[in-house]
Amino acid sequence: MKPFEIIEQPIETQKYADYVLHAGAGAVTIFTGNVREWTHGVRTLYLSYEAYIPMAEKKLAEIGGEMEARWPGVKVAIVHRIGELKISDVAVLIAVSSPHRKAAYEANEYAIERIKEVVPIWKKEIWEDGEEWIGAQKKYPGEGKDIR
Amino acid sequence: MIKVHYFARLRELTGKSEEVLTHDSMTVEDLLNWAELTYPGFGKGTIHVAVNEEYALPTDVIQSGDVCAFIPPVSGG
Repeated sequence: MKPFEIIEQPIETQKYADYVLHAGAGAVTIFTGNVREWTHGVRTLYLSYEAYIPMAEKKLAEIGGEMEARWPGVKVAIVHRIGELKISDVAVLIAVSSPHRKAAYEANEYAIERIKEVVPIWKKEIWEDGEEWIGAQKKYPGEGKDIR
Repeated sequence: MIKVHYFARLRELTGKSEEVLTHDSMTVEDLLNWAELTYPGFGKGTIHVAVNEEYALPTDVIQSGDVCAFIPPVSGG
């Protein structure tokens, strides 16, 4: 495994938990983002994710660097799965260890927010009667602030 | 030559995942304008461009040999 990676196989949680754990860690938080069946009353059959893999892995590593700068002492691993995922599959996993629990919680939440802003990964929802690429990017060129 | 990648909605719209442009040099804005003209419905106002795997500004200059990617609104997680 790499600490920041895009993979096509099911995510094995323990590998990432083991990676961040060390003798100085008093807390480990594991976040998983899972495929949800119902979104705003619409039933999803499955999701299809794709990524610009080299850039996505680079951006995940950058997020890890931001976390280490903001919460000294954290150790981070982030993995996102691509391809076709069924209901309840793990799409993304963020593992964070820190000396004390507060930083592990805060840094973990920061990571998922940043992933949704800057990492080039796209999700398509497939329903019984159609499909759509979902886009949640918050800021666009010309709106005054870029997303870097 | 400038290589460009298409993903997600843009890959489906253009029917290709990448292509090579013969330009020697152009700005990011030029590239977006070219894409909008070439592929109606491209939606350049919502798309970022990455140059060599880094987000670029509209005024940034792309040189021959650079690898670009159109980044539609992301939706990971």
